[in-house]
Amino acid sequence: MNSTPTLLTKNAISQSEVLRVDVTRTESAAVRGQTPIKTARPAVAKHVTGNATQPVKIRARNVDFFYGDNQVLFDVSLDIPEKSVTALIGPSGCGKSTFLRMLNRMNDIIDGTRHTGDVLLEGSDVYDPSVDVVLLRKRVGMVFQKSTPFPKSIFDNIAYGPKVAGLRNKAKLNEIVETSLKRAALWNEVKDRLNSSAMALSGGQQQRLCIARTLATDPDVILMDEPASALDPASTARVEDLIFELKQNYTIVIVTHNMQQAARVSQRTAFFFQGVLVESGDTQALFTNPTEKQTEDYITGRFG
Amino acid sequence: MSDQQIEYAAILKRRHRLSTCFEWICRIATGSALLFLAVLLAGVIWQAWGWLDLQFLTGFDSRRPAKAGLLAGLWGTSWLIFFTAIFTVPMGVGAALYLEEYATDNRFTRLIKLNLSNLAGVPSIVYGMLGVTAFVRMFGMISAADGWSAAISLGFGTLEIPFPLGRCLLAGSFTLSLLILPVVIIASQEALRAVPPSIRHASYALGATEWQTIRHQVLPAAIPGIATGIILALSRAMGETAPLIVVGAMSYVAFAPGNLNSPAEAIQDPQRVLDAPFDVFTSITIQITNWIEQPKEEFQNLAAAGSLVLLILLVFFNATAIVIRNRAQKKISW
Repeated sequence: MNSTPTLLTKNAISQSEVLRVDVTRTESAAVRGQTPIKTARPAVAKHVTGNATQPVKIRARNVDFFYGDNQVLFDVSLDIPEKSVTALIGPSGCGKSTFLRMLNRMNDIIDGTRHTGDVLLEGSDVYDPSVDVVLLRKRVGMVFQKSTPFPKSIFDNIAYGPKVAGLRNKAKLNEIVETSLKRAALWNEVKDRLNSSAMALSGGQQQRLCIARTLATDPDVILMDEPASALDPASTARVEDLIFELKQNYTIVIVTHNMQQAARVSQRTAFFFQGVLVESGDTQALFTNPTEKQTEDYITGRFG
Repeated sequence: MSDQQIEYAAILKRRHRLSTCFEWICRIATGSALLFLAVLLAGVIWQAWGWLDLQFLTGFDSRRPAKAGLLAGLWGTSWLIFFTAIFTVPMGVGAALYLEEYATDNRFTRLIKLNLSNLAGVPSIVYGMLGVTAFVRMFGMISAADGWSAAISLGFGTLEIPFPLGRCLLAGSFTLSLLILPVVIIASQEALRAVPPSIRHASYALGATEWQTIRHQVLPAAIPGIATGIILALSRAMGETAPLIVVGAMSYVAFAPGNLNSPAEAIQDPQRVLDAPFDVFTSITIQITNWIEQPKEEFQNLAAAGSLVLLILLVFFNATAIVIRNRAQKKISW
């Protein structure tokens, strides 16, 4: 983990003694690059233990979330390791998307929502009043279920993030557009028509454009809300390959309805049911040997 | 065939007949609307024939029908709509943006939205009374007797603003502005609401601020709808008579506001441009009303000619709105 633990806030939120021990361990783990993350907190132990070999990037603690009077998340605690793919699975309405949208505060846009508990990005609370949500969303990018290219040229779509952040240098923008498209494996298909409308691209290309657009803002974390659910199998495969590539450099959290997809792309999986985080852990282990009955029922297709 | 199927077949003919019947009711409804429009147009053209000439468009009103013209009304209406647009566009779009993009959905904003719809339905004469109170008399804070005026010297002339405003063109524009603001706000709100939320979310997720999202994503997508709403509202303002009468438009004026009778004069004598907003005024609709009231038969022909000019202007306005909408729809497809 880098030595500047808090970029978002001036003062990192104070944590409990136990958690501080945990962070220290995590940091030393990063140095050695091996040791699994452990926590001494028994209440959340089942969600934070596992075989992850990466330091924790995002740490959610005792998170409740409400739409008006309707509570949709109940005491969710989850650690998301750095530079790996974490899949959130569960039936429709289980709260996995809400949880995902908490991580970059996209729920703030909806009126009448509130939460309790902490969401810590590199140790600092993303809901702290001193956090600038614009900056947070630049660090924690998001790709949506429905591809949402802006009705502009391909170039302008990719350059939008850097431009709104204040980058005006044309050469630099060109460079960012090219590297982002290359990383999103779209460059070869569009390099000759960067100035044509992004709306003319196919569905799969549009989704990779949206991923490239997110990469262009230079995030640490990429949240993906069912990024392949509206795509044909070939495009899905390309997006999955892309996710696999991206985890070298980015922390990825993906919501998916497709359990094969979760198994294919993720290292860790968290299973949500009716707003409760039922089980989380190493993907392999969770799919082959779930500890909870509900998890087993869901992944074997008995409900959901 | 089963019994049930036989039963169905028996009533099938009746169902088809009913269907055809309804189609014809709709045809007749459309046809009669078109018929009335055709009768109206034919009547107006018939009456105006021979009267709508260059003299009519370039001359001022006169007691002799053969010499009477619409120039004062043309200038009056142009000035009125010009200032109405200047006041309405920023206020209307700004209010719509606030209500749709910034305001949270609470009891207060819902009350505002409900009242906007109510205001859009208030008879125009009520706005005329509001205009007299608020602008012409300025709530009686300054009596007309000890009125004064603020003179602002600009390089090319002096802008003289009277207090209270009195029965001037600007008071008319303010009144028309109030009249169409609810319509403009509602139309703009609808245009903003038609922009998919996903576009906003995508913009926020890329680290854009609210203003950047509005400026680069929401407004470009909503502008066709907003522009259409504004143009339609302005064409409604153009056809208004009642509030202008209340505000004090002159029924007989033989000069254009500020004595500015042609665009060339604006360059020759810029002072006239500065005088125009505070001058007395008339409008096309007021002149038409005035002519209709005249006993001489020929004035009816003048009224018809004036109506035809107004109709042509309205068609031109609405055509512009359609062109804008179609162009933008081609450019943006979700």
